Order: sequence, then structure tokens, then C-alpha cells
Amino acid sequence: MSILEVSDLTVTFPGGIQAVRGVSYGVERGEVLGIVGESGSGKSVTSLAVMGLLPNNAQVSGSVKLHGRELLGMDEEELIKIRGKSISMIFQDPLSAFTPVFTIGDQIAEAVRVHQKVAKDKAAKRAVELLDLVGIPNPNLRAKAFPHEFSGGMRQRAMIAMAIANDPDLLICDEPTTALDVTIQAQVLEVLKTAQQETGAGIVMITHDLGVIAGMADRVLVMYAGKPVEQGPVDDIYYRPRMPYTMGLLASIPRIDGEEGPLVPIEGNPPSPAALPPGCPFAPRCPMKVDMCDDEEPSLTPFAGGRHVACIRAHEIEHKGLTGADVFPVPVIPPSDVVRVPRTERATVLELDDMIRHYPLMKGAVLKRRVGTVYAVDGITLDIAEGETLALVGESGCGKTTTLQQIMQLQPPQGGRVVVLGKDSAKLDRAGRQALRRDLQIVFQDPMAALDPRMPVGDIIAEPLRAHGKKDVRAKVEELLQLVGLAPEHAERYPQQFSGGQRQRIGIARALALEPRLLVLDEPVSALDVSIQAGVINLLEELKNRLGLSYLFVAHDLAVVRHLADRVAVMYLGRIAEIGTVENVYDHPAHPYTQALLSAIPLPDPELERTRKRILLEGDLPSPADPPSGCRFRTRCPKFAVLSEAERRRCVDEEPSVARLANAVDHGAACHYAEEIEVITASDDQEEK
Amino acid sequence: MGKYLLRRLAINVILVAIAASLAYMLAATTMNPRAAYEGRQPPVPEATIDATLNEYNLNDKVPVIQRYATWAGGVITGDFGKTWNGGSVNAEAGRRIMVSLRLMLIGTLLGFAVGVAVGAWSAVRQYKLSDRLTGVLSFVIMAIPVFVLATLLAIATYNLNQGVGHTLIEYTGEYNPKLAGWDQFVNRLNHLILPTISLSLGLIAYYSRIQRNMMLDVLNQDFVRTAMAKGLRRRTALIKHALRTALIPVATYFAFAFGTMFTGAIFTESIFSWHGMGAWLVDSIHQNDVNSVAAVTFFTAVCVLGAAFLSDVLVAALDPRVRVN
Repeated sequence: MSILEVSDLTVTFPGGIQAVRGVSYGVERGEVLGIVGESGSGKSVTSLAVMGLLPNNAQVSGSVKLHGRELLGMDEEELIKIRGKSISMIFQDPLSAFTPVFTIGDQIAEAVRVHQKVAKDKAAKRAVELLDLVGIPNPNLRAKAFPHEFSGGMRQRAMIAMAIANDPDLLICDEPTTALDVTIQAQVLEVLKTAQQETGAGIVMITHDLGVIAGMADRVLVMYAGKPVEQGPVDDIYYRPRMPYTMGLLASIPRIDGEEGPLVPIEGNPPSPAALPPGCPFAPRCPMKVDMCDDEEPSLTPFAGGRHVACIRAHEIEHKGLTGADVFPVPVIPPSDVVRVPRTERATVLELDDMIRHYPLMKGAVLKRRVGTVYAVDGITLDIAEGETLALVGESGCGKTTTLQQIMQLQPPQGGRVVVLGKDSAKLDRAGRQALRRDLQIVFQDPMAALDPRMPVGDIIAEPLRAHGKKDVRAKVEELLQLVGLAPEHAERYPQQFSGGQRQRIGIARALALEPRLLVLDEPVSALDVSIQAGVINLLEELKNRLGLSYLFVAHDLAVVRHLADRVAVMYLGRIAEIGTVENVYDHPAHPYTQALLSAIPLPDPELERTRKRILLEGDLPSPADPPSGCRFRTRCPKFAVLSEAERRRCVDEEPSVARLANAVDHGAACHYAEEIEVITASDDQEEK
Repeated sequence: MGKYLLRRLAINVILVAIAASLAYMLAATTMNPRAAYEGRQPPVPEATIDATLNEYNLNDKVPVIQRYATWAGGVITGDFGKTWNGGSVNAEAGRRIMVSLRLMLIGTLLGFAVGVAVGAWSAVRQYKLSDRLTGVLSFVIMAIPVFVLATLLAIATYNLNQGVGHTLIEYTGEYNPKLAGWDQFVNRLNHLILPTISLSLGLIAYYSRIQRNMMLDVLNQDFVRTAMAKGLRRRTALIKHALRTALIPVATYFAFAFGTMFTGAIFTESIFSWHGMGAWLVDSIHQNDVNSVAAVTFFTAVCVLGAAFLSDVLVAALDPRVRVN
């Protein structure tokens, strides 16, 4: 029997905004139901409605039954006995989800005491046990710590501990790992699996990450514009999607085991819940659209094998065995002329030579004194050839952004050299620096924050032109808008009238205005939804080939990097751990950190996910103010753990530098005991043939 | 943490010294105590005036630096000098300090507590009639100067007493000297009612606005939702998790509010005929009484910085994030 039975749930906010329009699903004991969808698809609102935690102005109708008891319309006195006891919830951002003024232990103990009649000290003891269960080291001590003293991963573990405190029947996880780095994400997902085994609870897992769902879920519900469009067992959804949206979504994800070449984007944007199109809400973006699609919204109807699909052409798709790549047009990206020349003969556009950036750690208000040093970037060496994309990857706090800032500043570095387009930044004067900025431009991460909301788009793009003394900019602005796939008339509008993907295109147009030769991309797609992301990645690829640009691309998403980059540099605690061509690094990673990083990335492939063996890293990134001696990675290194005492001595005493690996032209790793292994099994076919 | 507070305390002591010194300089250079002796009938000989003023350290013929040195030397040993007519400033201050402190302490605490409660309540009921009503009322009260408010209250009470037929609420003076013991205590409390209300109303209005904003910031945060998700009642989640966190920024306003409070006390004391520090300040300015003005300013500085120190302690007690540094 189902634990939770949701039927025809709708949520309407004031102003007639229908956030959720008829969602039905059931969760069995011990089952994991994955709910996927892009931002605004109503997946989080659905779960808050189940918990009864929506604001009062939301109108909820339909039915939510827990063990056969109706939860909607239940009064607070009854509801508080269920919340946190039978149903628990894990939220996305674990920093804001804990009250900052109480200790972690107290907050977990509070959850225990709300539902169980136990003494204060018993509850505190239980809190420590729970923290131990989710793998917090020194739980006795850490229970007395405040939320801000925990790292992101530890906070999410504590959140899980709090959620399972009362042995719930159902766990709702709302994007539980979105805010975390991949290696930490792998740890937390592991904890979540432990928690499920411990409690035997059913799990509702809400996320936009199709990789996470593939490894966790038994069944999947795909949501679009507040409605489920496809539902079924995880293998069916991933290998045999029957709704064009699901097909497009799966085809648009870049994969670390995937081939190169353009991604398949879904054109257009998700509709606003305040202005839904008539008929099927996906029709305006659907390549399989026929006239009938506009007449009526298709309902979620049963399909073979316990599946439900909301598409009038589902049977046709089934019959012809269509896949996303068949249905959605794959863009053709012209090849680059520059790369025909061998790399060694091309000009070098950027060269970093043992670059160092340290920050002093100060203490005191009036009389400041130095108490330490943050080794943000501690000697990195790399170069980018013309027409090439170098990706800088690593977890938060590894020094990626600092490296970027140092390059963009065009100031003499604290140590080492920065050479941009043959010019040493230490030898530039004011005018030379100004002139060089033309050739070095940047695209920022957050397209919402990077554009002035009170400036028309045309002025935003024209600003760099005017700053460099160009008078007649109108024609150039129009040309740029067309170049990035927008229309010339868009110049009159303001940034808030554009969607995230379009805004990022505006940011790219601005960066291209001065016809730079080197473009720095700071996480350009990490704030975008998957279906939008593919289009922007394709655009970047196309621009590079057409304009002969070189990219320095900073990202934490290794799958995106695989698609866009030629070479990749993996950073750890301010140093480069491994560098080389994408093929070498991804297929034969030699540094234990790269191996762990690659193995931590969930693949959108349920079969592979189930059989994959993960290399889990212990603990968190050490503080860059106090890096370990010798090899910085040794405190978390799985290899170090199996080395003999004598071999370990070398890791502790001697800091490894990047050494070229014997049997590769362009591949180096900073490890004394580097050894190439295959972490990702290459998959040839992503979908059934 | 102790070290941090100790350092704040040391800084505050220095600030008190600077504030008091500046106030003395200002008073000593602009006030003219000689006027009180010169215009007399029969005229007093200048030498006598000089001698008297010298004795009180008030002679404008002595360089101001020298007068300041004498005054500061006295203050360090705890002697605030003489009033314009030779009385002891210390004795006068001793009589008045408790009168003012009683009024201000009760006023501050009441204003803080009620203001925070009203603010939190109206945040929870955002945009409802009660929220809008308290909002309008707060602004009206903040717009009325204390002396108008106090006078209006006194008039209203007088009429109320007339209507009831006996003195239900006292509206003038500090106590009735004819009573003794328990009756005296009750009578003192009765006398406190009106001045306390007129002092704290402004504070309540002020704090309620700040607290409402802080509370609204916190209300939509994830941790309040988490608290409810674990099974707390909405009320409990609001009081224990939201209010507790929203109190932190409000506590920092404590120091600022105290300054406004003293200004209010000056008028309130005069209007309700309380012989406190505020009323004394007004009197001594009229009488060109340099040393008294300096003493009252010293007292104010101590109070304001004491409040600042208290809000430091309060913030540290409320916010674990501050405690670490």
C-alpha cells in the first residue's frame, strides 16, 4: 500500500498564477520517486503543498493522503503531529535552513523532543547518535557547534540527521545536493541512501539534475509548466522516453562519457505560469507539434508498462522508436580554421608562469596585524594557444576565481608571470593596459546580476564600444545581437524582459563587442536550466570557430567542460593537480583527485549508475590558509591511504609538481605516484536503438 | 569574548572623558556666571565677585585651560565642583540621579519590551488592518514632540480625574511627602505612570518599526520553514526561531535610542515637575551654572555609552557568530 497518495493537486497563487495544475503520484514504502523539471515547473511548490508549508495566500485543492488520511485542510494541531514525524523534509540550501543562533545539536534535539517524550539530556544524546550516523566526525564536539561553523556538506548531513530523527515514513528531498560540490554531493547522496536503509522510508527526490535521479530513483515523474508530462519506471524514462520534452531534456544534457559535437537544445523558454499557451504547454517548443496540439491540453494517460504520458503522439513515438536526437534538430557548427594548424605552431594567447596570489589574513579592528596567509593561488603554470579552449575546473575554494581575477586585472602578480597575447602584465603602462583590455573580455556567471537593470540592452552592448572611443555603434550593436541569436529590435528592451539564457547571450554580445581574441568565461552556463544551457554552449562553440576566439573557461561542471574544452586543468587548493587534453584527462585520469572528481559525477544513465563504483573522498577541502605539507591532496587522497609508510613519506615531505606523463604528448599530473586508470566507462549509445 | 568586551569598555571610558571635556569647554566659554553677581542691588565690588568666582572655579578672567585643569582634577577625585552659588554639585546630583534613572530605566525597558512585541506582532500580521493601524499610530507618535505628548497626557489625566471625582492618576510631582511606608511606595508608583508613558510611547513607536522590518526579513527565511517542517507550531517557530534571530539587529539600536530618551526626559521632567537631571540641565543653563551643566553632560555621556556597552553585551549574548571573534 502506498504511504503517500497525491491526486489532482493544484496550487494557485494570488493573481491567478497556477503553479501546480493537477499532480498525482503515489510513493510506496522504501521506494524513491524522482521528480524532475526545470525552474518554475512547480516541483518544489508541490512538495511544500504536501507538507502544508505554503504561505496562507496559496489556494491548494485536490487530495494528499498519508496512510489513507487526508492532509489537506487538516488543522494545525493534527498537522504538527505528522510534520517531522511521518513526513520529513530536506531543503536545498542548508545554510539558511538552520537557525543561525542555535547549535546544530540543539536543533536536532528539538526535532526529537517535539515528537518524543524524552528528557533534554536523552534528546541531546540522540542528536549526537544521529550526527554520528550521517558521518559527522567527532559528533560529541560538533553537536555544540553553530551552523556557520559547519561546511556546506556537513550542514546537509546534519539536515539529513534532523530529518530522520523521528524515523519518518516519507522523506521529501528538495534539491538536496544542488548547492554542493560534486565530491561532497557524492558523499551526501551516499548518506541519503544510508538514511533510507536505516528508516526504510519512501523518498520523494526533487531535482533538476538528471544524473542524480538516474542513480537514486526507482520511478520518475517529469514536470513541465506545473503539470506532470511523463511518469514511469526510471529505465523506461531514460531509455525509452515517449514525451518530446523528456526526450529533448535527455538529449540536451552534456555527458562526461559522451561524444563531442553539438548538443541538442530545446528552442524557446518554459512558459510563464501566468500566461500559459492554449493546448499543450510544450507545443511552442516542440518539434513534433501538429495543429491538434493547440486544441486541447493532453492529459496524463496510461501507457504500456505502468507508464503515463501526456502527449497525443506518444504512440507514434513508441511505434517509430524515435529518440531525442531524431526529433530535435541538431545544429551544425562549422569547424574552426585555426585548429588545422598544429598546436605548437599556433600563437600563445595566454601564459601563466608560476603565478601566485596570496591574501593576508588580518585581525583586529584599529591596529590590524597579520595572523596568516590564504594561499589562494600558489604557483600555477598553464598556457592557451590560439583557437583553443582551456577549462579550469575544481571545487569551490580551489582558486579558480582568484586566477581569473588576477588575469583580468592585468596587474603585476605577486609572483610569477602573466602574459596576455605576448604582453607581460608586469611591464604594462596605463595606456598599454587599456589597449590590451580590448583583446581580453569576460562573460560572467550570473546573467541576472551582470547586466544593469536600468539600461536598455543596446546601451549595455554599446558600452564597451563607447568606452573605447567608437562613435557610431548602432550598426555594430545590431550585428552583435544577431551574432548571438537575438533580434536587432531587442536593443530597445531592458534586461528583465529576457529569460536567463537570453540574458547570458546579451552578456556574450557585450564581451564580443570589441572583437577580443581571448574570452574569459566564468561559469557561463551554471545558472541556466539544462534545456537552455545546451543552446548557450552551442553558441559559444560556434562563436569560437567562426571568430577564431580562444577561451579560458572556468567551470565546476565537468560534463559541460568535456563538451566545450580542448584542454583542461584541474585545480586543487591553489595548485594544478592535472592538466592535459580533454581526452587524456577524462579517459585516462592519472591524479587521484581527478579520478575522484570524475567518478563523483552522476551520469544520466540508470544502468551505468547502478553498476558504477565510486571513489568517495573523505571530509572537506582543507582551509587554503593552512594547506597540508607536501602534497596538498594527501589528507583526502584514496591513494595515500593504501601507500606504505615509506612511500607516504614522500607525499608528506615533498610537494609534487606537474610532471608530463610518459606516454602522452599533452598530459601531466602533479602526483608522485601517478597512475592512469579509467573511471568512466565510455558509452556509445545513449538511448536504445 | 571577555577580552572584546573589556576593550569596548576601555574605549567607552575614553569617549566619556572626551565628551565631558568638550561639554565643559563649551559651557565654560559661552556661559557667564558673573552676570548673576553683577546686576545686584546694592552692587557687589568686583574684587569680591572675582574672589567668589575664583572660589567656585567659575572666573572668566582665569584662562579656560586653567579652569578646565582644576575641574578635571576635581572630577578625577570624584568632585564635580560648585554650583553658581556655592552649593555642592555632587550633593545636588546625588539627590537627582536616582529620580532620573528610575524614570529612564523603567521607560527604556518598557519601551524596548513593548516595542519589540508590537513590532513582531504586526510583522506576523503584515498588511492586515491591525498592522496598518499600528503603523499609522507609530508614525503619528513619532511625529509628535515629547513636550506636546506629555502636555496632552497631563491634560487628559486632569480631565479624567475631574470626571472620576478624585485623583486616580497623579499628574504632577514625584511623590507625596505626607505619606509614608507602603502608601508612599504606591504613591510613588502612581506618580511614575504618566511620565513613563510619555517617555516610552516614542520608544515603543520607534522599536516597533525597526522590529517589524527585521522580523519580516526573517519570516521568509528557510529556517523558519525548517522549524515548522520538524513539527513545531507556527507560533512556537515564530517566537523561538524567528523572533530570537530578529532581535539581534534591534539590540544594536539600544544605544541610539537612549540618546533620544534623555532628550525626552528633559521635557518630561520639567512638565511633570520631577526634580531630576533633565530638569536640572534646563535650570542650570538658565543660571549660567557651568559646573552643573558639565556634570549633567557627564552623566548623559555615561548613560549613553553605558547603553552602547549594554547593547554590545546584548548582541554578543544573542548572536553566536559575534562571540567567536
